[in-house]
Amino acid sequence: MRLEYLTGNHAIAEAAIIAGLKFYAGYPITPSTEIFEYLASKLPTKGGVVLQFEDEIASINAVIGASWAGAKAMTATSGPGFSLMVEALSLAIMTETPLVLAYVMRAGPSTGIATKAGQYDVMQVRWAAHGNYELVVYAPWSVQECLDLTIKAFNVSEMLRVPVILLSDATLAHIWERVVIREPPEVSIVNRKKPKVPRDKYKPYEPEEDLVPPMACFGEGYRVLVESLTHDERGYYKATNEVQRRLVWRLVNKVLKNKHLISDSATYLVDDADYVLIAYGSTARSAYALIRELRSKGIKVGLYRPKLLWPLDEEMLINSTIKAKKVFVVENNVGVYVREISRVLRNKEVISIPIIDIEVPTPDEIFEVMKEWI
Amino acid sequence: MDIIHPLDRYLRTDRLPHIWCPGCGIGIVISAMLRAIDRHISEGHFTQDDVATVSGIGCTARATLYLNFDSAHVIHGRAIPFAIGLKVIKPNLKVIVIGGDGDIAAIGGNHLLHSARRNMDITVIMVNNMVYGMTGGQVAPTTPMKVYTTTTPYGNLEYPLNLIKLVSSLNTNYVARASVTHPHLIERYIYNALSRDGFSFIEVISICPEVFGRHIGFRNPVELFNKLKSMIKFKAKPSIDESDIVWGKEIVLGEYVNEYKSGFIKLLYGS
Ligand SMILES: Cc1ncc(C[n+]2csc(CCOP(=O)(O)OP(=O)(O)O)c2C)c(N)n1
Repeated sequence: MRLEYLTGNHAIAEAAIIAGLKFYAGYPITPSTEIFEYLASKLPTKGGVVLQFEDEIASINAVIGASWAGAKAMTATSGPGFSLMVEALSLAIMTETPLVLAYVMRAGPSTGIATKAGQYDVMQVRWAAHGNYELVVYAPWSVQECLDLTIKAFNVSEMLRVPVILLSDATLAHIWERVVIREPPEVSIVNRKKPKVPRDKYKPYEPEEDLVPPMACFGEGYRVLVESLTHDERGYYKATNEVQRRLVWRLVNKVLKNKHLISDSATYLVDDADYVLIAYGSTARSAYALIRELRSKGIKVGLYRPKLLWPLDEEMLINSTIKAKKVFVVENNVGVYVREISRVLRNKEVISIPIIDIEVPTPDEIFEVMKEWI
Repeated sequence: MDIIHPLDRYLRTDRLPHIWCPGCGIGIVISAMLRAIDRHISEGHFTQDDVATVSGIGCTARATLYLNFDSAHVIHGRAIPFAIGLKVIKPNLKVIVIGGDGDIAAIGGNHLLHSARRNMDITVIMVNNMVYGMTGGQVAPTTPMKVYTTTTPYGNLEYPLNLIKLVSSLNTNYVARASVTHPHLIERYIYNALSRDGFSFIEVISICPEVFGRHIGFRNPVELFNKLKSMIKFKAKPSIDESDIVWGKEIVLGEYVNEYKSGFIKLLYGS
């Protein structure tokens, strides 16, 4: 264990190295670039490779290739770059390729304000890629969590053979905080399952009981086939309902059935709360400050903070708001994740508090809206 | 697996028959490629387990899913970056990208030029049928001028891209043009490409009677094949100035760049 003073971006890079990163490919974009630069100087000293590509499309496709060569691999970007990456994200889902993508949100649409924050892309990140799938997305609220959730992102990606996204923002990217860094064996690192059968019996997409297939990599003699077409357990293209249904449902259920292994959230003072705030990422810092202030004035208010943004842990959400008369969803955007909350809390009064702030919505700004309702 | 043909060991024979139309040139390219690989393997340069084939999407790109190597059939245009990811992590792999002219030169064109510029240690085989085959006959960046396609119903107004000139202008080790009319050259060039470090690029002029042939009035594969053959000229030392393809005139085959500079992998890892 050691203590360091780092930015959110540095913490993501540091965590990736601890998790066993061996390949980073990227294209510079504010506010994610420090992840790239930190790794460019540090990863080669740990036996890894860092390459700058001609665009984000090449970057993520190279990451997928490197993962199939057996390396833990990642990229980082922001909104404009993620928009270019989504076709390959769908490929990673389809081919069950472990990788980590750090998405450092900035103010949009389009080029927006490159250096400033926002949470506009929480829906885009989940839904932008084509086809149906479940996507694992973590949202840290501090530099410490940038570190912890990046390690978790790698572990989950290896465990489930899925791409995992770490959704940070421009504010977290650049604040400096003290972090506790733990390395193995103080922190556990997961590696993908390897085949347990002889080479001629191996099928690259044949799942075990947890719905995850063991993964052979290139150059190991298994004659793997990475296939973007709908495929059976061997990786062979089959255009039938049976194979399409079996594949799509397994890809979805492999995430949902293992939810207990990936779920992560925090609650503060919700047990007796009349009002529960729901916030994620950097905005949750102000929501937290606000509930402490209101508690000191005797108002029974709590906070539910999903760290696993997608898929939302519905049970945790319901349990954390069970006694609440009203639920407030605070976001640094026009109010989008509130739709997901309302979908689950059908019988509750769910109030959206959308505050566009290029840094972080302040506790006062939040209270200004909230006070009309309490 | 019953071995019927000596190259069957390099095929996933349980997947045959393949999807390619009668008269298509892709099979000629694949068998020439397998003979080149087989020669290297029998000479002990590498093993079957060391070969990786990567492709995007298209008729040509379908090749990888019939090949009995570690293979990837990924997304349209992105085979090259996937291949680079493989190569830098497993430098011992012989990484071969195969694709159509749309896959490699249109949507994937940016990756082609940057991987060539890096002298990245992969071999790219581009099968140039001068049209989009898989999607049914749209214009390609290689389609000759004036040709009617489904998306240029009034004739193609654009000058075709000369890939030999483009790739030769970059820092590559090997650039060659072959044709399905001369399979022994395809084999020789792929063999030569696989004999060196750095980036190697082979354009193989091919025939697509079903789609391109229909557009230019040569539906009969034999007639199209003979038409192409009549334009082909082999040169031992061709100059880049004579590499433009003008349909109906001359298509010059040969090795345009033939060097042995250090590739990217050697710069990255040392020798
Ligand atoms: C992103 C994307 N755009 C478009 C397509 C549709 N598409 C599939 S193959 C192809 C072009 C095929 O032409 P070429 O690469 O020349 O290969 P050929 O079929 O002629 O061998 C296109 C446009 C796709 N699969 N993905």
